[in-house]
Amino acid sequence: MSERDRPWVFRTYSGHSSAAASNELYRSNLAKGQTGLSVAFDLPTQTGYDSDHPLARGEVGKVGVPICHLDDLSALFEGIPLDRMNTSMTINATAAWLLALYVAAAERQGVDPKLLQGTTQNDIVKEYLSRGTYVFPPEPSMRLISDMVAYTVDAIPRWNPINVCSYHLQEAGATPVQEIAYAMATALAVLDAVRARGDVPGEKIPSVVSRISFFLNAGIRFVEETCKCRAMTELWDELTRERYGVEDPKARLFRYGVQVNSLGLTEAQPENNVIRIVLEALGVTLSRRARCRALQLPAWNEALGLPRKWDQQWSLRIQQILAYETDLLATGDLFDGSPVVAAKVAELKQGAREELERVLEMGGAVAAVENAYMKQRLVESHTRRLRAIESGELQVVGVNCFQESEPSPLVAQGDQAILKVDESAEREQIERLQAFRARRNAGEARAALVNLRDVVANGGNAMPPSIRAAHAGVTTGEWTDALRALFGEYRAPTGVVARRGEPVSAATEAVRERVRAATARLGRPLKILVGKPGLDGHSNGAEQIAVRARDVGMEVVYDGIRLTPAEIVQSARDEGVHVIGLSILSGSHGVLVIDVLERLRKEGLGHVPVVVGGIIPEDDAAKLRAAGVQRVFTPKDFDLARIMDEIVDLVVGAAAAA
Amino acid sequence: MDDTRPGRREEALALLDALEREAPLPGPPRIGLTGAPGAGKSTLLDALVRQLRGRGETVGVVAVDPSSRRTGGALLGDRVRVRSGASDPGVFFRSMAARDRLGGLADATFASLTVLAAVFDRVFVETVGVGQSESDVADLVDTLVFVAQPGAGDLLQFMKAGILEWPDVVAVNKADVGALAHRTARELEAGLGLAERPAGEWRPPVLLVSARDGTGVAELAAALDAHATELRRSGELAPRRRRAREAFVLEGLERRYGSFGLAELGGRDAVAARVHDARGASAFGLLLQLSAEIEDRLRKPA
Repeated sequence: MSERDRPWVFRTYSGHSSAAASNELYRSNLAKGQTGLSVAFDLPTQTGYDSDHPLARGEVGKVGVPICHLDDLSALFEGIPLDRMNTSMTINATAAWLLALYVAAAERQGVDPKLLQGTTQNDIVKEYLSRGTYVFPPEPSMRLISDMVAYTVDAIPRWNPINVCSYHLQEAGATPVQEIAYAMATALAVLDAVRARGDVPGEKIPSVVSRISFFLNAGIRFVEETCKCRAMTELWDELTRERYGVEDPKARLFRYGVQVNSLGLTEAQPENNVIRIVLEALGVTLSRRARCRALQLPAWNEALGLPRKWDQQWSLRIQQILAYETDLLATGDLFDGSPVVAAKVAELKQGAREELERVLEMGGAVAAVENAYMKQRLVESHTRRLRAIESGELQVVGVNCFQESEPSPLVAQGDQAILKVDESAEREQIERLQAFRARRNAGEARAALVNLRDVVANGGNAMPPSIRAAHAGVTTGEWTDALRALFGEYRAPTGVVARRGEPVSAATEAVRERVRAATARLGRPLKILVGKPGLDGHSNGAEQIAVRARDVGMEVVYDGIRLTPAEIVQSARDEGVHVIGLSILSGSHGVLVIDVLERLRKEGLGHVPVVVGGIIPEDDAAKLRAAGVQRVFTPKDFDLARIMDEIVDLVVGAAAAA
Repeated sequence: MDDTRPGRREEALALLDALEREAPLPGPPRIGLTGAPGAGKSTLLDALVRQLRGRGETVGVVAVDPSSRRTGGALLGDRVRVRSGASDPGVFFRSMAARDRLGGLADATFASLTVLAAVFDRVFVETVGVGQSESDVADLVDTLVFVAQPGAGDLLQFMKAGILEWPDVVAVNKADVGALAHRTARELEAGLGLAERPAGEWRPPVLLVSARDGTGVAELAAALDAHATELRRSGELAPRRRRAREAFVLEGLERRYGSFGLAELGGRDAVAARVHDARGASAFGLLLQLSAEIEDRLRKPA
């Protein structure tokens, strides 16, 4: 047998409840043969709030691990030697802070930071476009990123300070061409920003280029995905030579990790997701020349809720069978010389170059965020995709075709088939945080914060004072507040524009007629409020609901992300809406939705029907309905026209009852 | 205010009639904010509201978005950008769709402004400017602010659209982009200079502002105050308010009864004259009264 290639790094995106609980999970995953870690942080940590902040309520430990200070981070890696670990951290707005904590934790372990290996996601552009955990405006955010690049190139040379994400662009609806173009535009924006700084000498640029890594999505069209990876490999090689004059071909290698697509995982017949995951994994591993460096596979039940340990193990085994049992790593590139693949790659490259050119003409990725160009293109693509699923043009097995199914033994136990975060996790985390604040040296923490402010305000690199602050016991909320005071906060364009609607289906047309009829009864057009309470920024679903509601003739007040229950209720009152639609994907629906309902009643708006959409397990949905929510929509409700129809029913019913 | 069911509309008009007759004149400043899509009106309004709240003023806002002619649907997204009042009882924000009225202004805008003026220290109407609607907004408010964004070649577009005839204050937003904003401001100043204005009349100041970094927002608030003072000093406020009343009544009648209905009362000019002469009555009372007259005449055989 010929010599085998080294396998890619096996990771699983995970973390929940607390640092200690996540540490236990990491250690058991590593014991099962996982070779790297991928840390999921909770939303307060991602958006720079301590666990006891009012906005953090209901979110602590839900979609990831809460990290408020150095003791939390040390506990997360307890017994895991950081000089021998490859850690990927999905952290963006607060990336500089989490890297500072990681460095400080390593120093506590007696590890030289120069030996640290891993990645901070740190791609703020896609946060504005899709994921929503941004904090600061684009300009200071780009500055923090370039601070990290400039710092790590010498101090942590094996670290990838930014992982440019095309992953979330695909989730937001990007076509392969858009995915390639916008990811490249983001990478160029970062490199341009680094080059524009005074403190990174020209001869260092190749090293900087070689530390830019990418984070891709692998969708179900795995042939096209293979071609996409090859196209990006070639394009990156060309762009880095053309634009930055990088001569060393190794420095121009396209390095990327992958999280296999979660968007395409279905709630219906969820066992089929395992087959999807296998095929998607093939898309990014088949071509040797464009193979991923690290791979994270989702679990089969992610559309139902949080995966359990066993679910994660099943996904890890897929990677291990692919890498160790099959002959994949013992063969050369399967596609070199294939005219079919070459033509497809050329087509993708050409399209991506044209779209990239458009973005560059506007002034690059940051300008194309601020003028909402990229966001609008993504919302349009996503709208088309959902329409194609509704019409059956795009077939999804078990969802819009082949729906008949035997009862699945995997979900026979209902909500036992997912992990429930212990409700006491939030309270315990707050207790630990408050104890930490009480025992730290308050004077040192304060001095470190003043130092951070001074250095950053004077244009200095944010990393050294952040590491000092980490050691001094500063918390995540305090670090972020210090920078909020300097940079301000930002709200990104929603991309939901008053664009002329495209031709719609007969079902949508029928709902439009019903909305018209309802208008006559209500005396004014049906008005709906759409918004996302809590810190979750995944706005794709809410945006699609807003667009479709507009298309059926409703007046849509789209309130966007990160709303408090008080804001939602004030908006409902000021705007005089007939119905409220809330979208939550973070699992914090229990606390937040019930808070909204209570406040509505207090304001005398108890008659306004509330519907909720999101990843909501059936047990929770039942609780929400019992608390007064009129409808709960989950990923299996893919037919937007039908959702609109039900909303009209609710409003007409409520008007008749009044 | 925007309920069109039979009976409801009359109820609303009666309430407004009482409100207008009993509210002390001249009441709070009414300010319009207009400009092309993407000019940053909402974010600028957000910064302005913050500024005014800082001075202790309460603020009411009506934001008007276009409706789709075909579906009647509308996306009212301004709230996302005007966040300063998100949980502040001193700020009221209502978004409205323009619905079927030409000119891009919501049917109920004037009525809403009247209600808000009874409650808040200052009221705003924000609307997308597409050329024609500027004159409509100008009819409704005391002070019209035109929000421009930096961009080469804009001036010609502004002039073509006739926009420069209407504003009392011009704000060039996104001043943080630098040179381009300065150039746009200079072009606008030149363009406004071309519009004929009698000596001694208010000359619209062109201000460089940035909703992003707060540049010029205090100056914009000061310009609004200065214009309000000027309106009172010159005695121009009363005619402006009268024009708003006339426009509201005329359009209300025309929309309901068409030019045919107006002809029953002797045509547009005759109706305008009657509104003009009926100084004591409110616009809403007049609309009710004149509607009744038209219906009366239409019922009588000729």
